[in-house]
Amino acid sequence: MFYFLHGARKVRGIDCEEVTVDQTAGADEGVLTSAHVLEYPYSRSVGPVIGAFLTGLRDGRILGASGSNGSVVVPPTEYDPETAEATGELVEVGPAGTVTSWAWIADPAPGQPLDHPFAWVLVRLDGATTSVLHVLDAPSPSEVRTGMRVRADFLPATERVGRIQDIRAFVPADDGGPG
Amino acid sequence: MAEAREPVTTLDTPIRLEYLFSAGIAQSKNLRGLAEGRFVGQRCPVCSKVYVPSRGSCPVDGVPTDEEVALGNTGTVTTFCVVNVPFAGQSIEIPYIVAQVLLDGADISFMGLIQEIPADQVRMGLRVEAVWVEPDQLGPSMASVKHFRPTGEPDAEYASYKDYT
Repeated sequence: MFYFLHGARKVRGIDCEEVTVDQTAGADEGVLTSAHVLEYPYSRSVGPVIGAFLTGLRDGRILGASGSNGSVVVPPTEYDPETAEATGELVEVGPAGTVTSWAWIADPAPGQPLDHPFAWVLVRLDGATTSVLHVLDAPSPSEVRTGMRVRADFLPATERVGRIQDIRAFVPADDGGPG
Repeated sequence: MAEAREPVTTLDTPIRLEYLFSAGIAQSKNLRGLAEGRFVGQRCPVCSKVYVPSRGSCPVDGVPTDEEVALGNTGTVTTFCVVNVPFAGQSIEIPYIVAQVLLDGADISFMGLIQEIPADQVRMGLRVEAVWVEPDQLGPSMASVKHFRPTGEPDAEYASYKDYT
């Protein structure tokens, strides 16, 4: 309702002015439509474990949490997802890994990580027992397969801030497998 | 270097939603009226109440409000509040007045900005008129109404708007 009072183009993140006529309904009697944008600038506290994970990314390292029975959970959690016991020390994993599942995005939507076709992938990083969701920057779906080797392509150190996008994408890595 | 920096403790996660708002048939008529510098409402065929802006049906009788009603430029302040709190995106100097304005001939009030009168002189019953933006600035939006200002008429009797507060 605030646009109503102030006539501003953008108030509290609400963009209210771009009124256009729905062409399908005829210019004179048609229903008016308006492009709106709602944006909330959330900032969340991440806690000790995700905080360490994000700090690691900023430093160009990927950390996992040691769980029960030898598991290594990536991204790390404070509690083992299977036993619910507190996880132990953080260990470095990757930066290479193996694709365990994937989906090709032929036509990326605005705001997706890459502006050209890519694959969402689950990657089990070397040293981890779980898979992390990320982006695979590959030229075509014919070059993506479950079991393929990939590695993390980090942004330059000066551009990393401590978020998952510090890994720009995973890229194919014909490295012959872990170890 | 990176090792010298503070650990990461927060993560910015902005949420953005882009969508297309459809005003509907009734409100589109009202918005087109605003683009021409006039208020357009609708009357209920059962209870005869005039809604502005109309949503296309009477919330009391549940019937379509097909009859279009052209409303005038004047109305009455039924209630108001003085805004003293600054907030992000505020475009008007505080303190300012946000009022419910009951247009003459309408049976529902809507929010309006009151200007051209000191904030401490605004009162219930104050007679006001709409001040529109320049003709070339008019558009299908309440932004076409710059604000309301006093007409100088005597205040409306409380009985004339008591059912609308």
